[in-house]
Amino acid sequence: MTALLEVQKISLLYDKTQAVNAVSFSLNEGEIGCLLGPSGCGKTTLLRSIAGFEIPSEGRILLNGEEVSRKGWGLPPERRNIGMVFQDFALFPNLNVEQNIAFGLRRMPRSYSKSRIEQLLEMIELSDSAKKYPHQLSGGQQQRIALARAMAPRPEILLLDEPFSSMDIELREQLARDVRKLLRLEGMSAILVTHDQYEAFAMADQIGVMNKGEIQQWDSSYNLYHQPKNRFVADFIGQGVILEGTVNSPQEVDTELGLIVGSVPDGYKQGCPVDILVRPDDILHDDDANEFAEVIDKAFRGAEFLYTLKMPSGSKVLCLTPSHHDHAIGEKIGVKLDIDHLVIFKRHSKFQVE
Amino acid sequence: MLKYLPLILLSTLFSAIGSSISYASGEVNVYSARKEALIKPLLDNFSNDTGVKVNLVTGKADALLSRIKHEGRNTPADLFITTDSGRLHRAKQAGVLQAIQDTQIEQTIPGHLRDPEGYWFGLSQRSRVIFYAKDRVKPSELSSYEDLADPKWKKRICIRSSNNIYNQSLVASMIASNGEKATEKWAKGLVDNFARRPKGGDRDQIKAVAAGQCDIAVANTYYYGKMLTSKKDATQRAAANKVAVFWPNQNDRGTHVNISGAAITAASKNKTNAIKLLQYLVSDEAQQWYAKVNFEYPVVDKVNASQLLQSWGNFKADTINLSKLGSNNAAAVKLMDRAGWR
Amino acid sequence: MANLNAPPRSLTDSWLSRAVFANGWQLSSILIAVVLGIPIFSVLSSIFEPSSDTWQHLSETLLNDYIINSLILAAGVSVGTFLIGVNTAWLTSVCVFPGRRIFEWALLLPMAMPAYIIAYTYTGFLDFAGPIQTTLREAMGWGYGDYWFPDIRSIEGAIVMFSLVLYPYVYLLSRAAFLEQSVCVLEVGRTLGCSIWRSFFTIALPLARPAIIAGVSLAIMETLADYGTVKYFGVDTFTTGIFRTWFGLDDHSAAAQLASMLLGFVFLLVLLERWSRSKAQYHHTTGKYKQLPQYKLAGLRGWIAFAMCLLPLLLGFILPSLQLGQWAWQTHEEMLNSNFITLTLNSLLLAAGASIIALIIALYLGYGTRIYKGIIMSSVQRISSMGYAIPGTVIAIGVIIPFAAIDNHVDSWLRQHWDISSGLLLSGTVFALLFAYTVRFLSVSIQTVEAALGKVRPSMDDAARSLGRKPLQVLREVHLPIMKGSLLTALLLVYVDVLKELPATLILRPFNFNTLAVRAFELASDERLADSASAALMIVAAGIIPVIMLSRSINRSRPGSQRNNDSTT
Repeated sequence: MTALLEVQKISLLYDKTQAVNAVSFSLNEGEIGCLLGPSGCGKTTLLRSIAGFEIPSEGRILLNGEEVSRKGWGLPPERRNIGMVFQDFALFPNLNVEQNIAFGLRRMPRSYSKSRIEQLLEMIELSDSAKKYPHQLSGGQQQRIALARAMAPRPEILLLDEPFSSMDIELREQLARDVRKLLRLEGMSAILVTHDQYEAFAMADQIGVMNKGEIQQWDSSYNLYHQPKNRFVADFIGQGVILEGTVNSPQEVDTELGLIVGSVPDGYKQGCPVDILVRPDDILHDDDANEFAEVIDKAFRGAEFLYTLKMPSGSKVLCLTPSHHDHAIGEKIGVKLDIDHLVIFKRHSKFQVE
Repeated sequence: MLKYLPLILLSTLFSAIGSSISYASGEVNVYSARKEALIKPLLDNFSNDTGVKVNLVTGKADALLSRIKHEGRNTPADLFITTDSGRLHRAKQAGVLQAIQDTQIEQTIPGHLRDPEGYWFGLSQRSRVIFYAKDRVKPSELSSYEDLADPKWKKRICIRSSNNIYNQSLVASMIASNGEKATEKWAKGLVDNFARRPKGGDRDQIKAVAAGQCDIAVANTYYYGKMLTSKKDATQRAAANKVAVFWPNQNDRGTHVNISGAAITAASKNKTNAIKLLQYLVSDEAQQWYAKVNFEYPVVDKVNASQLLQSWGNFKADTINLSKLGSNNAAAVKLMDRAGWR
Repeated sequence: MANLNAPPRSLTDSWLSRAVFANGWQLSSILIAVVLGIPIFSVLSSIFEPSSDTWQHLSETLLNDYIINSLILAAGVSVGTFLIGVNTAWLTSVCVFPGRRIFEWALLLPMAMPAYIIAYTYTGFLDFAGPIQTTLREAMGWGYGDYWFPDIRSIEGAIVMFSLVLYPYVYLLSRAAFLEQSVCVLEVGRTLGCSIWRSFFTIALPLARPAIIAGVSLAIMETLADYGTVKYFGVDTFTTGIFRTWFGLDDHSAAAQLASMLLGFVFLLVLLERWSRSKAQYHHTTGKYKQLPQYKLAGLRGWIAFAMCLLPLLLGFILPSLQLGQWAWQTHEEMLNSNFITLTLNSLLLAAGASIIALIIALYLGYGTRIYKGIIMSSVQRISSMGYAIPGTVIAIGVIIPFAAIDNHVDSWLRQHWDISSGLLLSGTVFALLFAYTVRFLSVSIQTVEAALGKVRPSMDDAARSLGRKPLQVLREVHLPIMKGSLLTALLLVYVDVLKELPATLILRPFNFNTLAVRAFELASDERLADSASAALMIVAAGIIPVIMLSRSINRSRPGSQRNNDSTT
């Protein structure tokens, strides 16, 4: 089955700098993808090129098997069947809610658009506000309308450019989940652009972590967390620290926290110095353990405490513990390693060889 | 004017409104600073008598001259009618006039009331005289323009601004008679005697005398006539009745006079007709009406002034050639500035 | 159709490389700015001409007067507009007293009165034959010359006139400053025991100082640009001097040099105003607006406040309008003839032409800046907006010199080669007048268009395109509806400004072409005050329109009301 969207070695120039460098990925129908990365990584530029607002300097973009962009040329946005939701919602202030949503339905017969609008309004739970104007509504409501407007003409793919960034932080994850539900209901494919990994986790099936114009890893959220391919991804996704260690055997790595058992990739000879990624959930608080670490900071998270611990060697680790284990700063607590999957890098190397 | 509106609308880039006057023969184009009502009847008579069509454009004197200068070789104007010999001199200096030799005209108009080289001709006379408050000043106290600088008149004189060409011409005539140094001294003395900073026109000065702000005003005679006979404004009549005319310098050179006059433009396309019109304007019948209707004196000797003007008395007029008023104008203006005459 | 979504370029590109790569839109915009700058260049170039006799003469006699009078006027008007403007602004912003809601917008009405009209209105009003003196005489049994009455036609009178019609600038800007001031700051003052006066003098006033200075600078600029009032009152200033030197002394070069001096004064003022406005931005506080502390003025104090607000309104608008109305009624039979209709149509058409041209240029430059952000386009906009500070007299001189020269050259050349004469192409035509108006008033259009374009965010363009609209359709279906109101505002504001304009019109108008403003001025100068009232009244009536528009924005600025930028009006 051909993918709905194919991005093939797309390069984009932005103001004479290379914003996107030979990026490739694809999205199947019904999937929700995400471009995740820090500011300036090129994710928005990439999204805009899929929409047709930017012309690539290299590469091709295919939508439903048809070429829509190639070097130096692009089908104009109004001719692609895409929908877009913008960071500032971009609702038309002179039109009411109904008219905004109807904007893309111009070519449809009246009866069709009427029922479509009704359906959408119900879906976003704003049927009562059909005649209101954008400035009379809250940010969250405006965002839902922006979404409905983009979805109304049933585009092939929906592009969302940091749609939650103007919302309150606590709401973002929930909103992301809600939007995913809506998209699923419609069976709509989408690509989300964000710098917030929790949004990405809540909404997307496939996530591409981007940095400096390149996709570092395109994978599910689980894999990104547990099997980051390089240091950048490891740093960007989740929390964790790097522990130094030495390869003992193809199954063992020796660290100051003890021996870690796991599969060491080929090419790592015995005695090779390596770095291990240690997530907070990899460190367990165990009163029977041999190693003791000093609590130097703690953060209460409701269900858990996130302790920052200092090992006897001086290196710091993070430890996530159920919150009924309340230890004071300065206390020494017993810890042990519980790593399921080894995330290992050669020291001084960016990449994990697999 | 309404028919010009589409033209204005369409030709925002290339409108040359002046060239809407045609050049057909049997015509003459007049640019007149004299108001329409005060000249048109004469022009109509002329047309009836001679069959020459007269096209009249009126405007303010300075604007008209500016326009003629501006239009240069393209000006449709044939005859330029304006007030004050100073202005006619300026037009001559600007090179927009041409000299005419016509014995008939030269014999009709006295020599000092026309340009010696034939560039312009006076059509009517007016005098710039002293108006005094009948109840506060005795005529015996007055004598000459020069006397007005005497300290006895301190804070009692009203006169309009030095910006006005009538005052400039008066000062120019004094420069011609008394020389610059003496005139500057006189001007300074005069300024010291001002009852107030110069403001308003000639009529304002007369009104100010009537209201008691000052005792003496210097103004043109025709304003007096207009005020005396004003139909609309009772206060003007009342004010005029409170003052009387004094003719200065009767014991020496005579009272300063000036003219309204006409000239033929250098670029005139209808010169013959223009000369014909000029001849008509100095004919007896034209002269009588022309002068009377604006409370002025005719230039032609044998034509009498109107009854009203005659009631003001006969007077000896200064016969200095009026072209001197023009040639001294620049010096006069600067002199007035230096004397502090605003 | 240009790509509406071209990426914005960074400001760090050197202007030279940008100039090399600039495309048609940018080049033509630069050309526009250059053409609009012609009047200034031609005036300033006169500095390099040798000073003639006339200049020598001027510097010995009148130049001092021009400078001193200008300084006196500037000082007097600063004080006058400051006292009236700041006082009323404070009262209507934070105090509660009878009639306050009405005064909020009504205090703007004097803006509808051009200064020269209110000048001669008061002259007639306070004249010997006018109502005041007549009543006085009847009451006291006085006659001619029995009493003394102050003469308004003096520099002091001029200061009063200017203050009465220009204080709204200070009022508006101060009011905006007071309203935007941190609610918290004033509340803190109150909790610390500040009475109204203390919080006014020690907190509000210093914080609003930049805005007040900007308002006063604008008022002084208008004062220096005025011709009709000072001419009528016999005050010698640069503008009257320029007119006199150009027409009376017939020295174009010296007149242009005077104009350059005036420009120098104005330039200083512009610097002052710009600097103040930029400082004012730093006083902008949080985006959340709460009700400002309202000081209730009870009883007598409330009525005093009422009187303090009523007085400027009465003197600056109500009384003059009534007097004009009475005169117009007296003379309407003879004045409302076909000449008057022609006159009115001339004025209306001229104003319409100028406002449309200004709008088109403003849109061209505005869209150019939107698409090609960067230092070139923003400089072009800034330079094209300089006209508001330049007196009409100066612009007119700066237009007529090059235009006449061009006309002469073209004419000579054509005569030489083809023996035909082109006559007057530029100078002395409506074109010259429209050009001068555009230079002077373009800033109004530019600012309004800028604000209008600001309401249409680029993301809205993208949204519309993602929903199937082609670029031209985006303009029609998104930009136009949202910007409609503001574009109309831009047209109206320039329209009214052109109607009121006097000095440039006097100098540049085609022969026998009169506008309402010119007619009113000429008739007044001829002592036919009552006759001039019809024309004057029409100008004032037109001037009320911008006041109404401004008053609506005042309503929206009231604390607590919706300030969401998404509204379309």
